[in-house]
Amino acid sequence: MRGAKSAKWVAIAGVVALTATACGGGDSDNNGSGKVDPKGIVSYANGEPQNALQPSNTMEAYGSVVIDSLFTGLVHYDKKGDITYENAESVTPDKDSKVWTVKLKPGWKFHNGEAVTAKSYVEAWNWAADPANGQQNSAWYRDIEGYDDVHPEKGKAKKKAMSGLKVVDDNTFTITLKSGIPYYAYKLVYAPFYPLPSAALKDPKKYGEAPVGNGPYKFEKWDHKKVISVRAFDGYKGANKPKNGGVDFKAYNKDTAAYADLKSDNVDSMPIVPNSEIANFKQDFGDRAIDMDFSALNTVNFAFYTKQWKDIDVKVLQGLSMAIDRDTIAKTVFHGTRESATGWVAKGVKGYQDDACGEYCKFDAKKAKQSIKDGGGVPGNKIQIQYNADQPHKDWVVAVCNSITNATGVKCVGDPVTDFAADTEIRDQKKVKSMYRSGWVLDYPFNGNFLADLYGTGVDGNKGGFSDKKFDKLTKEADAAKTIDESAKLYQQAEKELVNTFPGIPLWYNKTLSAYSKNVKKVEFDQAGDPILTDVEVFEK
Amino acid sequence: MGRYVARRLLQMIPVFIGTTLLIFLMVNVLPGDPVAALWGDKPPDPAQVAQIKHDRGLDLPLWQQYFHYMGGLLQGDFGNTIAGNRPILDEITQAFPVSMRLAAMAWTFELVVGITLGVLAGVKRGRVLDNTVTLFTLLVISVPIFVFGLFLQLIFGNELGWVTPTVQDSENFVELILPALVLGLVGLAYVARLTRTSIAENRQADYIRTAVAKGLPRKRIISRHLLRNSLIPVVTYLGTDIGTLMGGAVITEGIFNVAGVGNLLYRGLFQHEGTVIVGVVTVLVLVYLLASLLVDLLYAVLDPRIRYA
Repeated sequence: MRGAKSAKWVAIAGVVALTATACGGGDSDNNGSGKVDPKGIVSYANGEPQNALQPSNTMEAYGSVVIDSLFTGLVHYDKKGDITYENAESVTPDKDSKVWTVKLKPGWKFHNGEAVTAKSYVEAWNWAADPANGQQNSAWYRDIEGYDDVHPEKGKAKKKAMSGLKVVDDNTFTITLKSGIPYYAYKLVYAPFYPLPSAALKDPKKYGEAPVGNGPYKFEKWDHKKVISVRAFDGYKGANKPKNGGVDFKAYNKDTAAYADLKSDNVDSMPIVPNSEIANFKQDFGDRAIDMDFSALNTVNFAFYTKQWKDIDVKVLQGLSMAIDRDTIAKTVFHGTRESATGWVAKGVKGYQDDACGEYCKFDAKKAKQSIKDGGGVPGNKIQIQYNADQPHKDWVVAVCNSITNATGVKCVGDPVTDFAADTEIRDQKKVKSMYRSGWVLDYPFNGNFLADLYGTGVDGNKGGFSDKKFDKLTKEADAAKTIDESAKLYQQAEKELVNTFPGIPLWYNKTLSAYSKNVKKVEFDQAGDPILTDVEVFEK
Repeated sequence: MGRYVARRLLQMIPVFIGTTLLIFLMVNVLPGDPVAALWGDKPPDPAQVAQIKHDRGLDLPLWQQYFHYMGGLLQGDFGNTIAGNRPILDEITQAFPVSMRLAAMAWTFELVVGITLGVLAGVKRGRVLDNTVTLFTLLVISVPIFVFGLFLQLIFGNELGWVTPTVQDSENFVELILPALVLGLVGLAYVARLTRTSIAENRQADYIRTAVAKGLPRKRIISRHLLRNSLIPVVTYLGTDIGTLMGGAVITEGIFNVAGVGNLLYRGLFQHEGTVIVGVVTVLVLVYLLASLLVDLLYAVLDPRIRYA
């Protein structure tokens, strides 16, 4: 299951389309004149969204991609991981990064004509934070002062509004945080921070079936389990004006069915090619195949609460990491569609540093064996890697295990669990026997998101029970930094520190693998793996 | 006859309760918390999890949940989905007509082509035609259905371009032809084999010899005497196959992206939507029960010697 990432695209100068212009020789029969039709409709292979279409209630990919086409948030980020302004004219912190002042660009309208004001944001967030309204994403407001009154751990809301949100005037509001966060603006990119028109709060149910946003596309229809149609919004004020007439999100149940349609130009693009087609999709699509960086990282993590790892010498952990031949597995099992990881932060995020893991993430059988020996060996001389069997993890787990066993003689077996839900349940209950596979897709393109949110003592994302005082101290310092850049630098130090504790073994960086039909050109995906639909151009029929 | 039907209908009640209870329990022992799973790989929000569980009645003891569920069911309320809180009845009334259409087409295909092939093979036993049919059915039975599905999709959809590779509109008859063919293939093979064997056996029977001796036309012998008596095992198979076709379409519906029952079931399993699974299977159980009743009643029509008390 892909995480629920939402992201839109801001056009930045100098970005070269990864893929050459659409029609290679011999392929051009379908393109007619080769002219672009600005009113053309793009069809995108999607699925039926889990929930009604409310920004604060949409986590999974099928709903997020639709929501992101309908809404434009305050800010976004570019390929370098820097903040760009969308509906906001400015988002400025005070000197402690505690009080953030948001100024909106004036004159923006919702698709129903209502003006987008400071109230459209503040009221939407307060409403979504109230557990009684059942919005799945409400934890995103937890940094704001007064969140615990509106959304207590248990029971009903004590207050209806967060004290940290204040409307100053029509186009200005302030956000007061519980404590300073220098990179808070990144969080504002996400769907729960979109504005809502007043009608949305009056009749949320009706709204969820036919959402009204402020984004590049306006909602047209939702034919359940068949298609969701959005059309270009003429009154759109943002920079990412659609270069097409709209998008039809077609519902598929299986990615293989979508792939069959894509091959026949029956659908124009899909999120990611099915695993069964990875070996041949480049051959099928030629220069219409997409292979892009995607800011996600695969790891194998240790369950530090088990007897096996409780008092382990870090040399053993480093040795296990050195025993894995990442490059060969990427080439054979993944057909070259993953890239060996060299640290705990994915590529494409602010503060990414090359080679943070150093020699410990490079395959060296001899050193691996020696290191494990020096550290006193693996207790029981056997490790297990837990994974969910409903996704194609088995092959690489077996390969990793073989690599470890061949290099060091440590026995290694896979520990399959029926599906992802069961897998996470076991992890949450801290019942993993030895190690577990893990993956992280960026929440926001900042290195802290891959560090403090995963390996800080006691944080939600820390499923292995890892705890290191020195690391905690470094991340705290990073969070207290004055600017984003400074914070990112301090986080880099924290990442370097992980070499000495080794909370998990970095394996590979992910890629977005996709393709597009002969009907369109300029199909790209951003670093969160989401399609940049507004840039897609459709050929005249 | 009336009493027989009444008794059969009454028998359905314990079967119905038993199956629903069994499925209800089975779904509930599946590992993984369906509510927490809504958050994917992100940490779930305890307050929202509690709220959702409370709203859907998932915080009650299992037996209470079952009674609530059955109580609702008697009033035609199948409950709501965990994700999205949508009425399951809506999902079912959307999916069943699609699958029924698909199943009906596949079933007709099985019936017409299967029986025709079976009769031809049975009458011409040992000849080229018989061997061809045997070979063909052997092939169909031994090759997994998804191989045929993907193969035909590739040939007719991707290569020849006669149809779109997947079904664009699940309510369109023409588009459903290819998936219906795939769905009906295995059944067709069994029907052909059953018919062939039955016909071949009965051809030696005394009443056929009598009919031939009477000088009846060949056509009449085959259709009125031979076929009618040979159909009982075939009818049994065709009857139970209705239910199989409805629920067993998971693979075919997946390959051709048909928004039917198979898909609903597949998604329900993947999202741990217990009530969706129970709901769908409940309706399927009803279809099975009614189909098998119908089959039993048909016996009497085919063979008047069979009487119901």
